[in-house]
Amino acid sequence: MSDNSEFLKILSGKLSGAKIVPTPPGEPSAMVEKDSIHEALDHLKYDRDLSFNMLVDLFAVDYMGEEPRFEIVYILRSTKHNGRIVVKTRTGDEGLDTVSDLWPAANFLEREIYDMFGLPFANHPDLRRIYTPDDFVGHPLRKEFPLEGEDFDKPFVVDLEKE
Amino acid sequence: MAETKYMTINMGPQHPATHGVLRVVLELDGETIVKSTPHIGYLHRGIEKIFENRTYWQGQPLTDRLDYTSGMSNNLAYCLAVEKLLGVEIPKRAQYIRVMLSELQRIAAHLLWVATHALDMGAMTVLFYGFRERENCLKVLETVSGARLMPDYIRFGGLREELPGGFIDMAKSFIEELPGRIDEYETLLTENVIWKGRTKNVGFLSAEDAIAYGVTGPVLRASGVNYDVRKAYPYSSYEEFDFEIPLGTHGDIYDRYLVRLQEMRQSIRIVTQAIERLPEGPIKVDAPQYVPPEKEDVASDMAALIRHFKIMADGIKPPKGEAYASIESSKGELGFYIISDGTERPYRVRIRPPSFLNLGSVSKMIQGALVADVVAAIGSLDIVLGEIDK
Repeated sequence: MSDNSEFLKILSGKLSGAKIVPTPPGEPSAMVEKDSIHEALDHLKYDRDLSFNMLVDLFAVDYMGEEPRFEIVYILRSTKHNGRIVVKTRTGDEGLDTVSDLWPAANFLEREIYDMFGLPFANHPDLRRIYTPDDFVGHPLRKEFPLEGEDFDKPFVVDLEKE
Repeated sequence: MAETKYMTINMGPQHPATHGVLRVVLELDGETIVKSTPHIGYLHRGIEKIFENRTYWQGQPLTDRLDYTSGMSNNLAYCLAVEKLLGVEIPKRAQYIRVMLSELQRIAAHLLWVATHALDMGAMTVLFYGFRERENCLKVLETVSGARLMPDYIRFGGLREELPGGFIDMAKSFIEELPGRIDEYETLLTENVIWKGRTKNVGFLSAEDAIAYGVTGPVLRASGVNYDVRKAYPYSSYEEFDFEIPLGTHGDIYDRYLVRLQEMRQSIRIVTQAIERLPEGPIKVDAPQYVPPEKEDVASDMAALIRHFKIMADGIKPPKGEAYASIESSKGELGFYIISDGTERPYRVRIRPPSFLNLGSVSKMIQGALVADVVAAIGSLDIVLGEIDK
């Protein structure tokens, strides 16, 4: 496996907003400002010495109580030099730009984030809920979403006369 | 210009060829597909949410319920991520047993695929042959874990218990029998004119598209991209095994079939090597704060009993941090990204289900194809909805 910090150095040379945040014992990752995330990922995909052509995963983490609240994590991989890199950004409820124009794989993944966290992605071609029904209320993976409904422990009584 | 009217057809969610509850809305021009939209979520159980509210131990059995055709692989991926967080190194014997079991699981999953996909294509005989061998394989796995589909045997820190007596002989006789059986499937399918007609040049996915859609596993390799997590980022001592990565050239369904059959043969090689070179030694890591004591000790030793209850009731507390571990499951790259905040419950568990991303490519694959090819294309991806819907 190639050394990730090398790629991060190249990236931070191209972008002023990117800073490298080591997250032991996890993967070395680059924290990028929200406004330049699309540009950074564009560089990561198309620059010849980076060429991370595969979006392995894209997901969100809810750090409730922090500002900005959500962390979006992109895991990228290159089929050319077998490198793997983790890019992160922070955003609030306003969401951020889609990357489905760079990787079609992001289409489903961003819909999942939209469904589970309620973060909209600007310019997404088909932003709908993916798991829950269209009329579902709330976003399950937000920390304030309850694990059980209010009537969870109440007995289920069928009212025959009503039906 | 006259107004063109497309017909909209609902495929699923109860269609047998969708292997679960997948609904695909097709827009048809005659019998040609103009647009297709997959709808998922019918099996959504919120496993990622449940993870956040359970201890690390309690999260373990949930992984079996993801891709229910390869429970061992799911256990392994979760354990690798947790072990990365804990920073523990697993004994060699446990690593070899893990490799052996996950390869047997891959064989079982691929057998299930060959059997059911042939049935989808109208070749019913293969179903019975495939299920016979799969049953034998599951019996081998059952002697280890006590369960056919939900093993929960690979635990973080090692394995649940030592291999039962007679397991090696059972595994050996299964492995020795299998190559002849795969030859039998090949005589039924590989040169079969109808099979070739249904699968060749159908469901085509180019290497560039496959990479762009994040497709992994046999589907990606059938498109000619040499990416296998076992080789690219070896885990659990895979670097010590001698095996090849079968690649396709055309990226159609026929190539996916060939790749999967070859993969089974390679898995046989790996299992044979693992049996031959199985080292002696402990099967659990020596880390008393994370790993519960042996059952016999719990019955006789007071300190062990206390430790057992401490770990099971309180849970373990990995240090603060993040870890991503991925494995090559039978469907593709299965990854777990776990964020620990230092408490006994994970702050966030992200599951990267290979089938989910593979399914994303299906619309591209069946664009302009015929309705009958939709069944072939969906089947060739080997999706499991339990994993997609989480």
